[in-house]
Amino acid sequence: LRGGEVSKMAGADGDDSLYPIAVLIDELRNEDVQLRLNSIKKLSTIALALGVERTRTELLPFLTDTIYDEDEVLLALAEQLGNFTMLVGGPEYVHCLLPPLESLATVEETVVRDKAVESLRKISQEHSPVDLEVHFEPLVKRLASGDWFTSRTSACGLFSVCYPRVSSTVKAEIRQHFRTLCSDDTPMVRRAAASKLGEFAKVLELEYVKSDIISLFTALASDEQDSVRLLAVEACVSIATLLPQEDLETLVMPTLRQAAEDKSWRVRYMVADKFSELQKAVGPEITKNDLVPAFQNLLKDCEAEVRAAAANKVKEFCENLPEDNREQIIMTHILPCVKELVSDTNQHVKSALASVIMGLSTILGKDNTIEHLLPLFLAQLKDECPEVRLNIISNLDCVNEVIGIRQLSQSLLPAIVELAEDAKWRVRLAIIEYMPLLAGQLGVEFFDEKLNTLCMAWLIDHVYAIREAATCNLMKLVEKFGAEWAQNTIVPKVLGMANDPNYLHRMTTLFCINALSKACGQEITTKQMLPVVLKMSNDQVANVRFNVAKSLQKIGPILDSNALQTEVKPVLEKLASDTDMDVKYFAQEAISGKSFPITEYPPESRQHFYKIFIDVQDQLVNV
Amino acid sequence: MVVHRDSSGPIHRAMSSAATTAPSVDKVDGFSRKSVRKAKQKRSQSSSQFRSQGKPIELTPLPLLKDVPASEQPELFLKKLQQCCTVFDFMDTLSDLKMKEYKRSTLNELVDYVTVSRGYLTEQAYPEVVKMVSHNIFRTLPPSDSNEFDPEEDEPTLEASWPHLQLVYEFFIRFLESQEFQPSIAKKYIDQKFVLQLLELFDSEDPRERDYLKTVLHRIYGKFLGLRAFIRKQINNIFLRFVYETEHFNGVAELLEILGSIINGFALPLKAEHKQFLVKVLIPLHTVRSLSLFHAQLAYCIVQFLEKDPTLTEPVIRGLLKFWPKTCSQKEVMFLGELEEILDVIEPTQFVKIQEPLFKQISRCVSSPHFQVAERALYYWNNEYIMSLIEENSSVILPIMFASLYRISKEHWNPAIVALVYNVLKAFMEMNSTLFDELTATYKSDRQREKKKEKEREELWKKLEDLELKRGLRSDGIIPT
Repeated sequence: LRGGEVSKMAGADGDDSLYPIAVLIDELRNEDVQLRLNSIKKLSTIALALGVERTRTELLPFLTDTIYDEDEVLLALAEQLGNFTMLVGGPEYVHCLLPPLESLATVEETVVRDKAVESLRKISQEHSPVDLEVHFEPLVKRLASGDWFTSRTSACGLFSVCYPRVSSTVKAEIRQHFRTLCSDDTPMVRRAAASKLGEFAKVLELEYVKSDIISLFTALASDEQDSVRLLAVEACVSIATLLPQEDLETLVMPTLRQAAEDKSWRVRYMVADKFSELQKAVGPEITKNDLVPAFQNLLKDCEAEVRAAAANKVKEFCENLPEDNREQIIMTHILPCVKELVSDTNQHVKSALASVIMGLSTILGKDNTIEHLLPLFLAQLKDECPEVRLNIISNLDCVNEVIGIRQLSQSLLPAIVELAEDAKWRVRLAIIEYMPLLAGQLGVEFFDEKLNTLCMAWLIDHVYAIREAATCNLMKLVEKFGAEWAQNTIVPKVLGMANDPNYLHRMTTLFCINALSKACGQEITTKQMLPVVLKMSNDQVANVRFNVAKSLQKIGPILDSNALQTEVKPVLEKLASDTDMDVKYFAQEAISGKSFPITEYPPESRQHFYKIFIDVQDQLVNV
Repeated sequence: MVVHRDSSGPIHRAMSSAATTAPSVDKVDGFSRKSVRKAKQKRSQSSSQFRSQGKPIELTPLPLLKDVPASEQPELFLKKLQQCCTVFDFMDTLSDLKMKEYKRSTLNELVDYVTVSRGYLTEQAYPEVVKMVSHNIFRTLPPSDSNEFDPEEDEPTLEASWPHLQLVYEFFIRFLESQEFQPSIAKKYIDQKFVLQLLELFDSEDPRERDYLKTVLHRIYGKFLGLRAFIRKQINNIFLRFVYETEHFNGVAELLEILGSIINGFALPLKAEHKQFLVKVLIPLHTVRSLSLFHAQLAYCIVQFLEKDPTLTEPVIRGLLKFWPKTCSQKEVMFLGELEEILDVIEPTQFVKIQEPLFKQISRCVSSPHFQVAERALYYWNNEYIMSLIEENSSVILPIMFASLYRISKEHWNPAIVALVYNVLKAFMEMNSTLFDELTATYKSDRQREKKKEKEREELWKKLEDLELKRGLRSDGIIPT
């Protein structure tokens, strides 16, 4: 297949629309990878131009032959071929796509191989049952018995797609091949087979699940390499779902018990991680007898990784326990372990627990929560690690539903105050985000008394992100507590900052006004906020002045037209003739009434870039 | 698991003082990578043994070997080996102190005993030695401190049970090296399963342990001919998994070091298996992110191969070119270094086969905006042997290199690079002045031709878009065909 040929043909037909295609084909051979890649990505266009016949007889053989290329090009090719069925003439001819995909499924690079397998799986569905047996299945067999591990690994992903639609003889062969790969001597292949075991089990007839899959499962679950064993745990979920309840005890449970006590923490970790799925798959009886003690052991594991994974599942596990004696199981078996985890030596374990422990209160009800859980919540609220405290505070709503937050408020407050002043600004940020929720739950009096000061202190934080969040927080509080509350408590303080010697604080006043004006309404905005904004138009720092322009634009719609004409307009006009080009720009923007997002800056303004730079620097210094 | 406990011993003391000099955790941002690491450095050691939590361990003290008659020594030796199978919890620094000390002194005694004694190695001793070693060293390695463990920057987590473990390794090596050691008996116990477990330990984060393992594996490879193929195959698997699955394995450098000496001993002609190892395992190892940790050992292996069989030069260089780093300049510098090592031993007949693709890459490196890459490539011209190869083939190489060199001499931001390029240009001028003048004369027109081609390409893509648009419209039935 030569580009030149195509272009000649195009010339002869007088159809110069084929000319670009000719060049595109030449580009497939270009030295520059990027150009080859561009061309490969247009493969469907090339095929469309060539027509189905020439695509089959010329383009595909050409591609099959030139498959030695950069992995990136191969990846694009593997992806394209998955969508090529119509371009080679429909399902009748889809098997023409198999040879190039077969080579791609054997390359070293995992990403390429996986993509080729994905495409093969896709087009397998477009094969007729006959073609599946004549063309597809032989390919799977060739891959399964390939010399190098890559082809055998790829084969593992193809068994399940062809199995349901072939004759019983071929089915037997497929099962045989799968068996062989499960005991392959390279661990890479065994891992691939183990990871597809569950998927393959799903398409098998139940009798073969019992006769074939179980023995493979047992063998893989006791493989010499832990990387193989842990994959068997995953398969365990699907296999257990497929089997009737009465077979689980003999066929699955011995292996699962062994996995839960595996000498490698990676396997135990996997069991902990999949615990909820396993629990659902084996049903309530086995859960009661087997999984409860296993779960206890995982919660007490000697590796923190395993304990953390198990701690993460505490709520889900308890939720899914059979209802008839759920409470009793939790109280006698799970809660004692949970109590120990509260004072675990590892912060990740405590933090994992803190993210779910509040969920137990809905399961255990009010009395148990107050008696047993509350002390744990309180202990975690005082934990030395901020993430633990945060996780508790972020889930307060669960407890609120059961016992009301007031039960907690006495211990909550010190925890909040401490987090509010944490040295890490991201911790401060996280706690600010919970303020509106807390304020709503604790009520306005409690808030005024204990939390208001904190909220105002954040406005002068040295990190911009905190000041910004604090502004947004005020807005939400006003929405909750109303304009009158705002007028009495926060507006005076915000406006007072307009005289602060630090220009960053003066700007915070403006940002607060932007955020609050709508919630506060016309009267407060016109009478109290506007005079302050207007006065700030004389500020000596240009950043403050152009923020005045932006603020005026922002609060404009809330003001009445009289104030706009008599007070706002003269000030904006004055700013529009400012010496600073950015102030001018924003004043003009405000006058012309264009709304613009904050990120849009006049492109020509270098000076402004410098200002942003300073602001960014200011943030960096304070991180 | 214990986050941090002080323990005695000079090594541990040094470690914990390192931990205290780390900046206070509170002052740094708790969410960024760096401070998580800093905080974690505190946990300087760990150990993972799945055990039933425990009662105190009691061992009945035995007499010293030198205090009993020679005839009773073999039996006492066995008893001591059995006692040393007991494993202690070193994460708990307070438990079993006496017994830990007892085991330590017993191990010390055993080390001395296998070094100096004669006639101790009865046939019954072999399984007991292997059992004792297995009980002590084979264990699941503890989880790494973080997934982002960066061996270049982070302190490795040290093995807590090292006071015993070191002596066990020491003992095992003396045992393997002992004059009385008979591989024909030992092979019943030091089998494939044993080797497999040994290889898994190379992932240990503790460099002291990996160092001992290296010696152990080397001795086993030397003494057990029947295990050699198996060992090579398993190392293959470890590398392939490392490259294509996890990118994480601590002992790559150590394994490569052993392989270096193995390759050295390969018989000629090389077996297909060995060539496959070179092309399908060693070359892809270059793609790994943490290449810098084992690059020296890897390059050594590659050069060993080429010295054995020069015909492998072409596939090796083509492989390196295929995996040439696209964005990582540090790795590019390493590749250039390795390539120079290869060129140092290349045969002129091989050089001719790969000079074109090779110098296309070098020309790209020379014009790299990263001055270290450009500089490293330009240093080739200081290498006399490479210079002689270039000179012999200047008619091929000069046209490939000329455009980049000419352009950099005018444009590169770094004056040192410009100076180096001038030298290279001068060398080329002296080498082949006719060709040089020709290239200088056609430089401008060549560039124009390139620009024109670029423009044509742009137009092609535009036409293509139009075409697709038209087709799209046609298939929508808007334009009748």
